Amino acid sequence: MAISELRNLKKYFATQKAVDDISFTIDKGSIFGLLGPNGAGKTTLIRMITGIFFPDEGEIIFDGKKFDPVHDIIHIGYMPEERGLYKKMKIGEQALYLAQLKGLNRADAMAKIKEWFVRLEMQSWWNKKVEDLSKGMSQKLQFVTTVLHEPKLIILDEPFSGLDPVNSNIIKEEIYKLSQKGCTIIFSTHRMEQVEEICDHIVLINKGKKILDGSVKKVKQDFKENLFSIGLDHEPSLNGNTIFDVIGKKDQSYIVKIREGNKPTDVLKYFIQQNADVLSFNEILPSLNDIFIKLVEGTSVSRQFLRQGS
Amino acid sequence: MNKTLIIIKREYLTRVRRRAFILSTFLFPIVMILFIVGSVYLAVKSKEVVKIAVPNDSFLKSSLKSDTSSVLFVFDPTIDQSNFSEKGYTGFLRPNRDSSSNKTYTIVSRKQIAIESKDAIEHQLNKALEDKLLQEKGIDKSILDSVSSVSTNAINVSNITVDESGKEKEANAGLAYGIGFGSGLLIYITMFIFGAMVMRGVMEEKMNRIAEVIVSSVKPFQLMMGKIIGIAAVGLTQFLMWIILLFILFSALPLFLPGDAVHHMQDLQNNPAVGQNATMASSVMSKISGGANWPLIIACFLFYFLGGYLFYAALFAAVGSVVNEDPQEAQSLMLPITMPIILSFIILSSTVGHPNTSIAFWSSMIPFTSPIVMMGRIANGVPEAVPWWQLFLSMALLIGGFVLTTWFAGKIYRTGILLYGKRVTWKEMIKWLRRTS
Repeated sequence: MAISELRNLKKYFATQKAVDDISFTIDKGSIFGLLGPNGAGKTTLIRMITGIFFPDEGEIIFDGKKFDPVHDIIHIGYMPEERGLYKKMKIGEQALYLAQLKGLNRADAMAKIKEWFVRLEMQSWWNKKVEDLSKGMSQKLQFVTTVLHEPKLIILDEPFSGLDPVNSNIIKEEIYKLSQKGCTIIFSTHRMEQVEEICDHIVLINKGKKILDGSVKKVKQDFKENLFSIGLDHEPSLNGNTIFDVIGKKDQSYIVKIREGNKPTDVLKYFIQQNADVLSFNEILPSLNDIFIKLVEGTSVSRQFLRQGS
Repeated sequence: MNKTLIIIKREYLTRVRRRAFILSTFLFPIVMILFIVGSVYLAVKSKEVVKIAVPNDSFLKSSLKSDTSSVLFVFDPTIDQSNFSEKGYTGFLRPNRDSSSNKTYTIVSRKQIAIESKDAIEHQLNKALEDKLLQEKGIDKSILDSVSSVSTNAINVSNITVDESGKEKEANAGLAYGIGFGSGLLIYITMFIFGAMVMRGVMEEKMNRIAEVIVSSVKPFQLMMGKIIGIAAVGLTQFLMWIILLFILFSALPLFLPGDAVHHMQDLQNNPAVGQNATMASSVMSKISGGANWPLIIACFLFYFLGGYLFYAALFAAVGSVVNEDPQEAQSLMLPITMPIILSFIILSSTVGHPNTSIAFWSSMIPFTSPIVMMGRIANGVPEAVPWWQLFLSMALLIGGFVLTTWFAGKIYRTGILLYGKRVTWKEMIKWLRRTS
């Protein structure tokens, strides 16, 4: 079942079509990756999902009904990429304030904050001011305030930026836990290795249009280039082979690309006929990063940061 | 709890707890009292008695009296420029040779003589001359003395106003001027202070990037109104504290002043020769309870402060929402808002003494200027200077005005608060208004 369903959403600004006819479905309980280069329209799309913007056209179905920002907003937790806190306010008060704005009453909010603070070892922070926190610490606080009211849909925009590996892992664990409890998580990032690790389903948008939609597994299958790595005990003769092309060679393992019309077993058969001992045989699937770059470059000018990301 | 209420509460509490707020709330009344006490004290202290030597002058000798508290004339023929100072005189009087019918004198002194003392000397000399001339025309000295003793304090002009029903009321132009100008000035200053506070608050939220977090929980309009109302409550709290503290301090004032100072202050009122500040301060103090309709003035003050603040605060919020990191940008965007406020103050200065001119009327109706200008008019009395219908019309227009500016600002705010890195002009903001959500 879908927690959120976007139907033909459009949002045009004076100078650009920020979101141009995008539809997709987010399954309940899934971890959903919303990907796209800078300026693709992700933030605008998210702002429509969270009710900050109204779409110019199209509709959003939230939890089976037409999305009603005023009432449904309490079921959504949103941590924007451009996020901040009141610098002069004490941590505890700040968390309490944000929780109350989400509709929790004081007592409930207090209990939940205490619980989360204990879990993430933040108890001693209560009377500190935000300006005294490190970037990673305030990030953690931000995460807590986003998920505190137990929303059905959590939207995290670059949640790991500025976090060290230890804290990244803590947050990642919490994301998994929330997902197991039935929360749906929309995860927006440029870090493809994280998407690959965490997400079940991804949508890639560029220039306001959806260019890819599917499960991580399926996307990888769709974009595979029939590459295999094969480890052999000695170098066989490759003359007269019509089944594959050798793309690379490292020590005694080869990277081969299977030609159209052949199957992986044909490769194995070939080497076995050559009396070579096959030590390993793996399919090489493209990384999401490669797919991302390929697709984005296909639709627009290439972007430096993507290459640096891998 | 209502979300706007939660925001109001935060805005209010964080500000009221600030050291600057607590300091200004308590210091302002104390500074004001110290200023008044100080100026009275200085006026009392600086009232010097000048001792003027008069060389043997037959013309003056018969009629010049030295019975005032500020000038003492001593007839001493031995005085000249070389020795007056050693003999303890402030100065001496030297008749000028040149004149024929007009007698002129020069006061020779070591230090410059205060203007009040000079006026007192001049007054005495004129009186002496007048007496002398009257005596020469054959009026008996005893008659003259009896007449002058009666006439000196006999007539005192006061002004009362009468309304149609015949109700009389004592008018006090000076007090009205003081109250009108003072309250107008206070609204002017606080409108800037609290307007800027709203703007800075909005800018802070935008630059801290907390705005987007919050508007995912509440509507931008709620966030804006929460801030505006929260800060209004801060302002009202401060005013109420000031009024209460001033009231307490004024009632307790006689306890702190030495007895003769209070006595002096009453004295000063009747003595035109003493510094104006002291007279004004003491007359305000003695007439503070009787001369003005305080409940009405305070009520109107609070209304016009609140109305004027609400009218402009939303506009300040709109400006704050479109500003990026650059404070200079804020300056130039603020200009169209600050201009009418400054203009109102200019109009106030010119109309506070003339509450019934047409410029005073119109500018006290138009909400852009009415909060400041109307206070200047109200001090002259309602309904004597400002008919009730004018007051109510002005209030209604102001309420309508701030509803309109708030609506206008809300639209700009909603777009501006989430817009980063782009310079926005007023022209673009007007465009946003036309766009439907």
